[in-house]
Amino acid sequence: MNWGSWDAFWAMGGYGLYVWGSYAVAVAVAAIEIWQLRARRRAAVTEAVRESARARSAA
Amino acid sequence: MTRTTAPRFNLYWFSSPQTFYPLAGKLVPWFAALAVILTLVGLYIAFLVAPTDATQGESYRIIFIHVPAAWMSMFLYVVMAFWAAVGLAFNTRLSSMMATAIAPTGALMTFLALWTGALWGRPTWGAYWVWDARLTSELILLFLYLGFIALQAAIDDPRRADKAGAVLAIIGVINVPIIYFSVKWWNTLHQGASVSVKGSSMATTMLVGMLIMALAYWMYAIAAVLIRVRTIILEREKRADWVRELVAKETLK
Repeated sequence: MNWGSWDAFWAMGGYGLYVWGSYAVAVAVAAIEIWQLRARRRAAVTEAVRESARARSAA
Repeated sequence: MTRTTAPRFNLYWFSSPQTFYPLAGKLVPWFAALAVILTLVGLYIAFLVAPTDATQGESYRIIFIHVPAAWMSMFLYVVMAFWAAVGLAFNTRLSSMMATAIAPTGALMTFLALWTGALWGRPTWGAYWVWDARLTSELILLFLYLGFIALQAAIDDPRRADKAGAVLAIIGVINVPIIYFSVKWWNTLHQGASVSVKGSSMATTMLVGMLIMALAYWMYAIAAVLIRVRTIILEREKRADWVRELVAKETLK
């Protein structure tokens, strides 16, 4: 166990800003990508369903 | 041309968007679950098991993101260029779609490697950024990814966009060995490789934690790319019969 307390954990031996600045951005990058993937996928599914309905009504 | 069963094991069978779409859909949850589990194990080792570094103190804990992100940034570029080249040579649509699907994830990994590198460089070197060969070539990698994405976005016809992107991706692959060997070829501020085929200069728990995080990033990247390639298939094939069949059967999702 490396940390005596939560304060010590967040302080990271004085490097808290750098360590947590790295991990926070890593989490943010993943969150943004997952959000973007979901939005793009939803749009593509909606479009495919619409296209299919259009083809059916034309036939 | 609608085949519904695979006559025999045949790579061309999987190279059709129609067969790959449901296959990729089945694979995504497995890779996503592996990514989550490996991340939790990796972070546990990174913060609770791995000891304080004798010279860098706690700042070295950035390594658990920095190295996996940097490895993935280079690896994904090579994979992207490979699929782009296959698409260019054999005119296989799915290969080109794979290349297009990899680029955003690769760009994000490159950004993350640069960002965490800056935050690691400040306490260890005293500067967020230096024009060192390793850092500069990694920055060029980011521009290659962004250039590939912008070039493809600028061309309306997807098949022409695939070809133009492929040429850029293939030319840019020369940058990857430059990044990798930059710490040997030039006198860089960036340290040399801690891990090589000859072994590692790191403490065992640090190394294990880093390798597990690298695997976690790998699984994450596969899941993200598979989700994106499925979306791209759907965007491009929305008028195809097989997509209509999936819509009718409500198995599109």
